[in-house]
Amino acid sequence: MTAVDPGDALAGLAEPVAPAPEPEPPARDLTPRQWVRTNLAASPADLALTVVFGLIAAYAAYRLLRWVFVTTDWEIVRVNLRQFMIGPFPSDQLWRPWASGYVLAAALGLAGGVLVGRPAPGGEGAGGDAEADGRAGAGAGLRGLAERFWPLGLGAVVVLSFTRTPLPTLLTVGLVAVFLAFRLLGARALGALRRFVWLIVAVGVLAALQVIVAGPGGVGWDDWGGLHLAVAATVAGIVLAFPLGVVLALGRRSSLPAVRLVSTCYIEAFRAVPLVALLFMGRYMVGFLFPTTVDPPSQLVRAVIAITLFEAAYVAEIVRGGLQAVPAGQIEAAHAVGLSQTQALRLVVLPQALRAVIPAMVGQFISLFKDTSLLSIVNFVELLTVAERATEQSAFRGQGLQAVVLAFAGFLYWVGCSTMARESRRLERRLGVGER
Amino acid sequence: MATTPVVSRPPLWRDVRVRRVAIQVAVLAGVVALFAYLYDNLRANERALGIDGSYDFLDQQAGFRIAYTDFSPGDTVLNAILTGLRNTLAVSLVGIVLTLVVGTVVGIARLSSNWVVRKAAGVYVETLRNLPPLLVIVFVNSAGLSALPTIEDATDIGGFLVLSVRQIGIAIPRGDGHGGLYLALLVAAVVAALALGRWRRAVEERTGRPARAWTLGVTLVAVVAMAGYVALDAPMVLSRPEVVGRRVEGGTIMSLPFAAVLVGLVLYTSSHVAEIVRGAILAVPKGQTEAATALGLSPGQRLRHVVLPQAFRIAVPPIINQFLNLTKNTSLGVAVAYPEAMYVTNTVIGNGNPAIQSILVVMGLYLVVSLAISLVSNLANWRLRLVER
Repeated sequence: MTAVDPGDALAGLAEPVAPAPEPEPPARDLTPRQWVRTNLAASPADLALTVVFGLIAAYAAYRLLRWVFVTTDWEIVRVNLRQFMIGPFPSDQLWRPWASGYVLAAALGLAGGVLVGRPAPGGEGAGGDAEADGRAGAGAGLRGLAERFWPLGLGAVVVLSFTRTPLPTLLTVGLVAVFLAFRLLGARALGALRRFVWLIVAVGVLAALQVIVAGPGGVGWDDWGGLHLAVAATVAGIVLAFPLGVVLALGRRSSLPAVRLVSTCYIEAFRAVPLVALLFMGRYMVGFLFPTTVDPPSQLVRAVIAITLFEAAYVAEIVRGGLQAVPAGQIEAAHAVGLSQTQALRLVVLPQALRAVIPAMVGQFISLFKDTSLLSIVNFVELLTVAERATEQSAFRGQGLQAVVLAFAGFLYWVGCSTMARESRRLERRLGVGER
Repeated sequence: MATTPVVSRPPLWRDVRVRRVAIQVAVLAGVVALFAYLYDNLRANERALGIDGSYDFLDQQAGFRIAYTDFSPGDTVLNAILTGLRNTLAVSLVGIVLTLVVGTVVGIARLSSNWVVRKAAGVYVETLRNLPPLLVIVFVNSAGLSALPTIEDATDIGGFLVLSVRQIGIAIPRGDGHGGLYLALLVAAVVAALALGRWRRAVEERTGRPARAWTLGVTLVAVVAMAGYVALDAPMVLSRPEVVGRRVEGGTIMSLPFAAVLVGLVLYTSSHVAEIVRGAILAVPKGQTEAATALGLSPGQRLRHVVLPQAFRIAVPPIINQFLNLTKNTSLGVAVAYPEAMYVTNTVIGNGNPAIQSILVVMGLYLVVSLAISLVSNLANWRLRLVER
C-alpha cells in the first residue's frame, strides 16, 4: 500500500513542454485502486457506509429489475399503447400526428442547427462535449450523442418495443433522419438565419398544429389525448404565454408606477394560485366571460387559456431576471449612440435578456410539461386518465395493474423531462462559455 | 442667446411628463375597461342562464360530510371550505418539515465523498425531479398504500407504527397528569439554554475562552428533562397506536389520502430541495474553504463556521419558494380524494352551489396563504441579506 502520491497535482507543472490548455481534474488519473480508496473506502466508517448502502441499492435494483422483466406482464401497455400516445384520436387519421411530428422535427432541427452552428466549415455542432475532449473521432462523437440522448433513446426503444407492426419504427427512424438533416442544413446555413431562429421554431410549430387541426377533415382539439395532448398543451401554453410574459416583465420593470402596479398584481396573483384552481376556473368561468352572442370556447381552449394566464406570470419572472442581468451601461450606451427608448429595448436589451433566459425557459417548459398531468383532473384524456381507464377494461380489471400503467406513464414523463433537462444544462454551459 | 429666459416648451405630445401620465392613464383605463367588459359578459351570461350571482350560498347549510373530519352536513358552506383549508395547511406544514429534513440529507449526500451514497442520492433526485407530482401522489396512493394489509392483519412495527389499508397510526408522546407542567418546564429549560448560549458566546468574544454553548445547553435541557420526569412521576407517556376491532386507536391517526399526498409531495419536493442545497454548498467560493484551511480550521469547523452559513444564505429564498410550491401542490389532493380546500370546493360545486363564486373564494384563500408565505420569505431575505459596508 503506497501512500497516495502527493505530487499528482504537480505532475503537470513538471512537464512544461506539453501545451496543457486546462489542467485535468485529478480524479481522471486515479488508478482503479486509488479510486476505490478515495471513493469507497476512505475510512472504516466510509467502508461501512459503502457496504450498507451498496447492499440496499443492490437489493432495490434487483427487485426493480425483477419486477420489470420477470413478474410484470406488460400486455396492458401493449394493448393500450395507442391510447397512451394519442388518446381518442381517430385511428384512420393517424397520419396527422405523424405529419406534424415531421414538421416539428424539421423546425427544431433547423433551429438547433442554426443555434449551435459555427460559421467555420466542419463544425457540425453535434456532440459539443466530444469536441471539448479534443480527441474527437467518430466513436467519441457517437458516445457524446449517446450520453446526451440516452433517456430519449431508451424511451423510443421501450415504446417501439410495444408496437406490433414495423411501421412506427420505420417512421421514427425517418423522423430522426429528418431532424438530423435539417440540423445539418441549419448549421451550414448562413449566419443571417440566426436572428430568425425563434421565428423558424414558431412557424414550424404553428404549421405542425395547422396540419392536424385545420387540414381538411381535421380532428378537433377535444379529441386529442395522451402524450400528444400533453405535448400540444405544453407547446401552446408556452408559445402563447411568452409574449404576454415579456410584456408583463417589461411592465414590472417600468418606471411608470401604474404600469408597474398592474404588472406586479397580475404576476403575484397568478403565481399565488395553484394551477388546478385555474383549470377549474377555466372550466366553470371562462365560458361566462365571452359575450352571450358568441359560442363558448371548447374545453381544451379554456384549459389552454388557464394554462397561458398561469404560465405568463412565471415567464414574466424569468424574463425579469434576464432583464436585470443586462448591465445598465448597455442601455446608457444605446441612448448615447442615439437609439430611442424603444429601439434600445428592441435592439440592445431584449436580445441579451432573452438569450440569458433560454435555460430557465426550458426549465419552465419542463415544469409545464409535468403540469399537463393536471388536465386529467379536469376530465381530459391525459396520460394519467389513459392509465386509469386501462385498469378498468374488462380484460385487466381488478388485477392490481395500477403500478404497471402508472410506471409506464411516469416513464414517458421522465423521458421527456430528463431529455429536456439535460439539454437545458448543456445549453446553459454553452451559452455561458460562449459569452466571453 | 444663452440667456433666453423663455423655455420653449415642446409640443404636448412630445412632453415626457405628459406622456408618462397619459400612458399610465391609458393602461389603467384599459385594465378597468377589460374588467368591466368581462364582468358585463359574466352578468349577461348569468342572467341568460338564470344563475344567482350572489355569495349568499356561503352561509347556507352545506348538506354534505367531509371524510376524516367532524364536519357535519348542517354546518355552513363557508365552514366547509375553511375545513378544507385547514386540511391543506395540515398536510403543508407536516410536508414542509419532512421535505426540509429529507431534502437536506439527500442534497448533502449528493456531495458525499462516497461513490455509492453520491450515486444513490443522484438517482433519487434525477428520478423524482422529472416526474409530475400528481403522478407521484397517484402512484403512492394506488400502487403503494393500497398494497398495505387489511385492518384485520395490520402490520405493527414495534408498537410505533401501525400500517393498514384503512388507517395508519403513529405513536406520539402524550401528556398524563402533570403533562402541561412538564411541557412548560421543558420550554423554560430550552429558553434558559438559549440564554446561556448567548451569554457564553459573549464571554467567548470578550475573553477567548471556548463557549461550549451546545454542550452546556444540551446538558441543561437533558438534566431538566430527566429530573422533571422523575419528580413529576412520569408526566408524559408514549401513546401507542393499536388495532381495536376494525379501527386503529391511540397515537395519532393518519388517513390514507393524507398519507398519499404527504408522501408524494415530500418525495417530489425534497428532490428539488436537495438540488438547491447541493447548489448552495457548491456556490460558496472555493477560496472560502481554502482561506479557512489556511487559518487552521478543522474540516468540521470549516463546514460549520464558513461554508454552511454562506450556503444557508443562498439556499433560503429558493427553499421557501419550494415550500410555496408544496403548499400549492396540496391541491393535487383532489385526485386522491383528500379533502383539502380544492377538493371541498369541488364538492361544494357538485352540490349545486354557484361554481364561479366558489372558485373565486377558494382562489382568494390560496392567495392569502401564498402571500403569507411570500411575506415570510421576504422577511427571511431581509434578515439574511449581506450587509455590505
